[in-house]
Amino acid sequence: MSWIENRFEEGVIITSLDWLINWGRSNSLWPVTFGLACCAIEMMATGASRFDFDRFGAGAFRPTPRQADLMIVAGTVTYKMASRLKRLFNQIPEPKYVIAMGACTVGGGPYFKHGYHVVKGVDLVVPVDVYVPGCPPRPESLLEGLLRLQDKIRHQSIAKQPARAVPA
Amino acid sequence: MTPEEIGQLLKTQFPQAVQDLVLGGGHPYAVIDAAAWPQVALFLRDDPRLGFNLLRSISSVDLLADDRLACVYDLMAVEVSRGTELITQTHEFAVRVVVDRKNPHIPSVARIWPAADWHEREAYDLMGIVFDGHPDPRRILLPDDWVGHPLRKDYEFPLEYHGIPATTEYELPNPRH
Repeated sequence: MSWIENRFEEGVIITSLDWLINWGRSNSLWPVTFGLACCAIEMMATGASRFDFDRFGAGAFRPTPRQADLMIVAGTVTYKMASRLKRLFNQIPEPKYVIAMGACTVGGGPYFKHGYHVVKGVDLVVPVDVYVPGCPPRPESLLEGLLRLQDKIRHQSIAKQPARAVPA
Repeated sequence: MTPEEIGQLLKTQFPQAVQDLVLGGGHPYAVIDAAAWPQVALFLRDDPRLGFNLLRSISSVDLLADDRLACVYDLMAVEVSRGTELITQTHEFAVRVVVDRKNPHIPSVARIWPAADWHEREAYDLMGIVFDGHPDPRRILLPDDWVGHPLRKDYEFPLEYHGIPATTEYELPNPRH
């Protein structure tokens, strides 16, 4: 939506348009089909019928990042994987969101001290919107993380914003 | 064959190459000189009395106190049919090759047991043992531009990799602050 973002001052029309756009964005978060370790098993369980990610519009796991809005980093991120992860993130079109799922992704987890190969938190590689701790987090935790992300999206605005720092 | 018979057979066949025989305990092995290891390996595989047709694993050991590195080859003879002849022996033995830590070179046995291919690449990747004559001597797990061999006991953790910071200051609650 970059053609409309940052073009108008706050006002009645923008407020209503914000509501509409955020309603659409927050209820159709399509994740990338992308799992790195054991957290991916819980992510799959979240997507399956018992927990049903699709209740919140996030069940359409896309096979390509170009069709996705959300990257659930589910599992241990190694230094070798980090460059691939960053490329996947860069291929997702704006607006894009990242959920860091599990202890390894949040801050290195059990590999924090003795893992020579594990990134100490995926926020060193890509900007993270919601952190979901756990080892691995239960599907309810990931659902809660998604709901928090939806809350975050519902407070976004397309009106003019002060300039943000662009992550490298 | 029992481990004692295998050890004695190796000792009579290669009196110079067999440096030591450790037959007690649950893991009998022979210490073989690195230069003679391919000939011994061929004998172990092809001799009809031994017939070690399966290389189960290669472990690498860092003997930091002795300033040496070692490779342990776990061998097993499993039941195979060779034409009409059924070979039914199922015995196990291990071979240990010890090399100097400064210059760790072991001849490759990847052409003798194909299973050695990836195991030797892993031992090179994580322990830095160079296998001479390996068909594809690259790293297998870590990226190609990684510095050092992480499972060595004197390995120093990297402080950054491609701009991603790491840390060795573990007492801090968060490495980023």
